[in-house]
Amino acid sequence: MTFLKTAAAAAVMVLAAQAAQAGTTFDVVKARGKVICGVSTGVSGFSAPDSQGKWAGIDVDVCRSIAAAMFGDASKFDVVPLTPVQRFTALQSGEIDVLTRNTTLSLQRDTALGFNAVAVNFYDGQGFMVPVKLNVKSAKELNGATVCVQPGTTTELNLADYFRTNNMQFKPVVIEKQDEIVAAYVAGRCDVLTTDRSQLASVRVTQTPKPEDHVLLPEVISKEPLGPMVRHGDDQWMDLVRWSLFAMIEGEEYGVTSKNVDEQLKSNDPNVKRILGVTPGMGKALGVDEKWAYNIIKQVGNYGESFERNVGKDSPLKLDRGPNAQWNKGGLLYAWPIR
Amino acid sequence: MTNAPEITGETDIAPPVSSTGIVAWMRERLFSSPLNIIMTVLCGLLVIATLPPFIEWALIKAVWISPTADACRAARGGACWAFIAEKHRLILFGLYPYDEQWRPLLAALVNIALIVASCMRRFWNIRLLYIWGIGLVLISWLMWGGVLGLSYVENTKWGGLPLTLILATFGVGFAFPFGIVLALGRRSNMPAIKTLCIMYIELIRGVPLISLLFMSSVMLPLFFPEGFSIDKLLRAQIAIIMFAAAYIAEVVRGGLQAIPKGQYEAADALGLSYWKKTGLIILPQALKIVIPPMVSLFIAMFKDTSLVVIIGIFDLMNATKASLTDTAWKGFAVESYIFVSIIYFVFCFSMSKYSQQLEARLATGHKR
Repeated sequence: MTFLKTAAAAAVMVLAAQAAQAGTTFDVVKARGKVICGVSTGVSGFSAPDSQGKWAGIDVDVCRSIAAAMFGDASKFDVVPLTPVQRFTALQSGEIDVLTRNTTLSLQRDTALGFNAVAVNFYDGQGFMVPVKLNVKSAKELNGATVCVQPGTTTELNLADYFRTNNMQFKPVVIEKQDEIVAAYVAGRCDVLTTDRSQLASVRVTQTPKPEDHVLLPEVISKEPLGPMVRHGDDQWMDLVRWSLFAMIEGEEYGVTSKNVDEQLKSNDPNVKRILGVTPGMGKALGVDEKWAYNIIKQVGNYGESFERNVGKDSPLKLDRGPNAQWNKGGLLYAWPIR
Repeated sequence: MTNAPEITGETDIAPPVSSTGIVAWMRERLFSSPLNIIMTVLCGLLVIATLPPFIEWALIKAVWISPTADACRAARGGACWAFIAEKHRLILFGLYPYDEQWRPLLAALVNIALIVASCMRRFWNIRLLYIWGIGLVLISWLMWGGVLGLSYVENTKWGGLPLTLILATFGVGFAFPFGIVLALGRRSNMPAIKTLCIMYIELIRGVPLISLLFMSSVMLPLFFPEGFSIDKLLRAQIAIIMFAAAYIAEVVRGGLQAIPKGQYEAADALGLSYWKKTGLIILPQALKIVIPPMVSLFIAMFKDTSLVVIIGIFDLMNATKASLTDTAWKGFAVESYIFVSIIYFVFCFSMSKYSQQLEARLATGHKR
């Protein structure tokens, strides 16, 4: 598998330059009548099918918001489920228009792979969870521990780096599937479970027999800004993806929700007027209808609504906003102004 | 007074208790030697240790019906079959549009009927070709739709059991004739054909199926111009056919080599052409010999289709995995894997049973 991955990555890099063409995705999508988004094959809260096979999640909401901006109808999208190894080729080869698959934005991916990181829709970071009975207070005390980790992600790499930097040893227990690795941890096959903190928090609540027996260690050993990606040289399309996401974030900042959006049309706040297209100009600049952001907020909701519905307090995952709160509420969400 | 008939003359004496009935059976099968006694006791202990907890988990403490996962979470220590009740359609049909799922159900039934028909000896003639043709058209129509009143469903939305059956049936179905041709080619006297067949077989057998799938799904699209792509499912299906064919070829070659040379010479002496000789004398005998390895291969291929997980196709296995990611129903992996393994078992066990029957029926005195 490692060989294959290397080979695939090399092939992607070689072909990246030739494949990147003039920014036509915008027109292609418009002509097709629906957006095609690459999502995961199932990551709870981000993109996962429900019992009826309908996709939902915070990443799927980004996809829906693009569809709402472009067509005025958030249901005009299709998803292509992708494994971690497939995702970049799928975007590169044009199988999908945009990758909304909890993917960490990084320099290599932004440049050598031939993509543009658009914006961040979820701030995450890798952490550790241990049973309380181990009496560990800090990750620095984990020398010699057995660590459960998923292969093929940056998680595995960060883990090795962290232990090497701190001159510590660890024994990895490597299992591909999230559910199985959690089961291994719960069964006591390893002392430590490491993955992104958002995942750890949800695992602790929903998958351990007694949540109070497990604790998240304070160390955050990596920055994982997750967000959508598009192909290089696709500027108009990138603009639309970026501002569809920003419209959701701005909507929350100015208190526009899916419920009050119709009243807000009468608002006197010039920012709200510009966002909702009461003062025209924004839609024209993006090449879509002036009601683009109205449609996003009306049909998908603002960022806060999407967050709470999929991963926050209205979902079983019960994540707190943490770094994903608005910038004026102690978080990192800082959408560029719509003006 | 009694009406019981009087015993007259001699009666047969029943055999001793120790040589009939359950006692004898146990003595002979379970306690015939010290090693067997130890093994019996150990196995008995194992059953006693594992069975009651399993029954308690799977039956007694299990939650059968519940609209939400809360009842399951409350009943820790019991299986959550309500999860299967909730998710069975996602597991069985994947992402196929919910309201149209009678179509993949019918397609799966047609597919199973196709397999059953192929197993009946009375269809082992030209009629089988027609049956397969009709089956293929019917399954395509049900799954794709688009004509005769059914709405169009792209094959990226196909999934679950029908997809697994399609991949396995048509994988093996197309690979079988292809594999026989390869096997004959490998034993051909014509050097070009022989070399080509050997190269193909050895090349494909030299790489794992997973890398073939990976190549077809990840590498291939990069060499096409942007926007142009051969369907992902078709690519996977072709990869499976290519892979199965190489293995079938080698199994058939084993059968060909087991035929005594006299058979070839006798056929030649009768003045039969190559194709008549092969079709009437050699292949029927060779294929009969290779039934057991062939069925093992089919079973292995059926299970190998689950490898399409790595290229994001929602076959039975991947749909099962996807069903585990719903936040509202998280953490019931064991139940879903038991459910899906029962499905796999039913299919694989039937195949194996059928092959035993077939062997017995075709036995014509070569059995040793």
